[in-house]
Amino acid sequence: MPPGDFSSRIPLAIRRVGLVAALVLSGLAVSCRPAESDGRIQLSYWEKWTGAEAAAMQATVDAFNASQDRIRVNLVTTSQVDRKLLVATAGGDPPDVAGLWLASVASFADRGALLPLDDFMRADGVEPYVWLERYTPVYATMGQHGGRTFGLPTTGTAVALHWNKALFREVGLDPERPPRTLAELEEFSRRLTKRDPATGAITQMGFLPQEPPWFLWAQPLWFGGHYFDESGEIAIASDPQSVAGYEWLREQSREYGLADVQRFMSGFGPFASSQSPFFSGKVAMVFQGVWLNNFARQYAPALEYGVAPWPTVTGDPFALTEADMVVIPRGTKHPEASWEFVQYLASNNPLARTRAELQGIEIVCYLQEKTSPLRDWSPFFTEHHPHPLIAFFRELESSPGAVHAPASGVWQEYSRELATASERIRLLEATPERALGQVQARMTTAWSLHRTSLERQRRAADAENSSNEPTIQP
Amino acid sequence: MKSAARRRVLAGLGFTSPWIIGLATFTLYPVLASLYFSFCDYSILQQPVWIGLENYQRLAGDEVFWIALRNTAVYAALAVPLGVIASLGLALLLNCNVRGLPIFRTLFYLPSIVPVVASSMLWLWIFNGEYGLLNASLAPLFALWGGAPPAWLGDPAWAKPALVLMSLWGVGNSMVIYLAGLQDVPRELYESAELDGVGVWRRFWHVTLPMISPVVYFNFIMGFIGAMQIFTQAFILSAAANNGDGTLGSPARSTLFYTIHLYSTAFQDLRMGYASAMAWVFFLIIAGLTWAANAVAERRVHYSS
Repeated sequence: MPPGDFSSRIPLAIRRVGLVAALVLSGLAVSCRPAESDGRIQLSYWEKWTGAEAAAMQATVDAFNASQDRIRVNLVTTSQVDRKLLVATAGGDPPDVAGLWLASVASFADRGALLPLDDFMRADGVEPYVWLERYTPVYATMGQHGGRTFGLPTTGTAVALHWNKALFREVGLDPERPPRTLAELEEFSRRLTKRDPATGAITQMGFLPQEPPWFLWAQPLWFGGHYFDESGEIAIASDPQSVAGYEWLREQSREYGLADVQRFMSGFGPFASSQSPFFSGKVAMVFQGVWLNNFARQYAPALEYGVAPWPTVTGDPFALTEADMVVIPRGTKHPEASWEFVQYLASNNPLARTRAELQGIEIVCYLQEKTSPLRDWSPFFTEHHPHPLIAFFRELESSPGAVHAPASGVWQEYSRELATASERIRLLEATPERALGQVQARMTTAWSLHRTSLERQRRAADAENSSNEPTIQP
Repeated sequence: MKSAARRRVLAGLGFTSPWIIGLATFTLYPVLASLYFSFCDYSILQQPVWIGLENYQRLAGDEVFWIALRNTAVYAALAVPLGVIASLGLALLLNCNVRGLPIFRTLFYLPSIVPVVASSMLWLWIFNGEYGLLNASLAPLFALWGGAPPAWLGDPAWAKPALVLMSLWGVGNSMVIYLAGLQDVPRELYESAELDGVGVWRRFWHVTLPMISPVVYFNFIMGFIGAMQIFTQAFILSAAANNGDGTLGSPARSTLFYTIHLYSTAFQDLRMGYASAMAWVFFLIIAGLTWAANAVAERRVHYSS
């Protein structure tokens, strides 16, 4: 035996053990896949929810699985679902159904990663606009982009004014009378702001535009502003209402003193904690969603609050709505079955009188304590909803002032640019004109590049299709 | 080749194959693919379309690209020298003969084994402007001048220094390497220096530093490359800063480092081609600066052999 010949030095028995181990491991890998033994079509459904919100979706999925014997949906809780869907779709192995955030739907749709749902509706013999009539109008248009429907809302959320009644009472404001205009909001805010008499440090504020900080891009909406003009071009810097919105933001920093506000803010705890400023009574009025009730019960059970439409500068009705969108990624092996499940998520039992009779979207919305995006609510859902103020949110979402973030392939970037501009303006680093001018310039370039890129992709796809077509000789 | 030799080569390749296959699949292929994508319009979700040098040409005029590059340079310019001073200083102290030396060495090394996500969450609380440990201890000092300590992560002027401070907490790894270097300095050099009546400072400057210069050089280069690639801490802290608005690079882009900008360009804006071009430019910048450091080191670093 030559000295360097390692392979023949390894005893045969060990090699056999290695072989067996490899086989066992590969067997394990195979058995990790969802079992297909029950003869049903297995669908994988990736959702962002965790904790109680995931349990609510699981209950909905279980109800669907029990309602028929052809399809089994396997719910997979997926953190950073947009990132993972991106990679899985690019790799050719996407889930059959996925729950995206609204902001990602348009950019995924632009890149051809989602199946348009209109084709399924038409295949069922229903025109899409008729099919979508089941939803409250603001939700019917939410998943639409470029004239097609790429996602459907599974839970409804509207953002409204939440105010702390106890703090109102303390300063002699009527606890049942919220501010109705932005001017009133400012006035109430002044009365609700307290400072430490010794140090002058702020200890309580009536309102702080950056609390919560998730809607830094929404400032123009309070002033009737627009992100795009009629021809679909970026219009933030040339839109007087939007500019006014950001000027108002700057005035807030000037009025209360930037350094004082910064110090006051730096002590805030995270939203899901009792140190969250609304829960700890540090901020009296917030722009918050229907979900707040869930967290208030957990972190501030004694909190006494009311909800009202968000006051705007014009006094026109206004409500910002959001939803969690269910989509069918391109590349699914079972589009028909996926559509069947999506239809279940777009339905309810209009006659449900008990919790057990609830179906489809009402199960998840009931358990997550949100509004149902459907126009018609079942008697049980309406009367026994766990959110005590749900009727208010339902009315708000049906009001003519209900809007949602624009569906645009560059919206992620646009809203991020706006959030940065809003920070710079609030921190008095840049004037509204300068900061918005930079957003305008940057987004105009990004928007034109995006369209160029889509055009390039179209041409490349066309070229590929035409080269694949057999040439017909006369 | 004789059959025995061939078998030996094959056996060698066989044993290294997990590494070769792993490197080729998970490193070499992605690196080469990113070079190709950098010349393409590529969204990850669609086929790459060749566009030549367009991505590289656009980079020069991209304002945020320059902001990110400047942020990264400022961070590295602060974190690298301070890191060298802190870790070398600690190593010098821990090289002294005092009681309980192993305990001190362990204590100062300990932070380096804390996962970066965990330590980021910890530092988030330390930097809390009102209740944070840091400001609690700084407040009396600032009060002497009637001022107040900064809001750290909430303040664009202090967010980068905060990240530098945090980086100094993790100098344990380079400290250990310095310590090993210090123990290699021959005793007799110190003894003869002492006989010549040389003071502590000159002993450090003329004996210790030249003798450990290869170690300093190594740590400097590794620290520099690490600082340029700062990502995780900034990713976590910037999303949580400013009251948790989730905007990367917050507040007001002061912590928008190169890798963070690259990440959001690729995975949020779906412009992987452009992000690949950014990655290659960054690679050239780091390689160029490392080469420059190497050229300087040739004159300054003494290898004893």
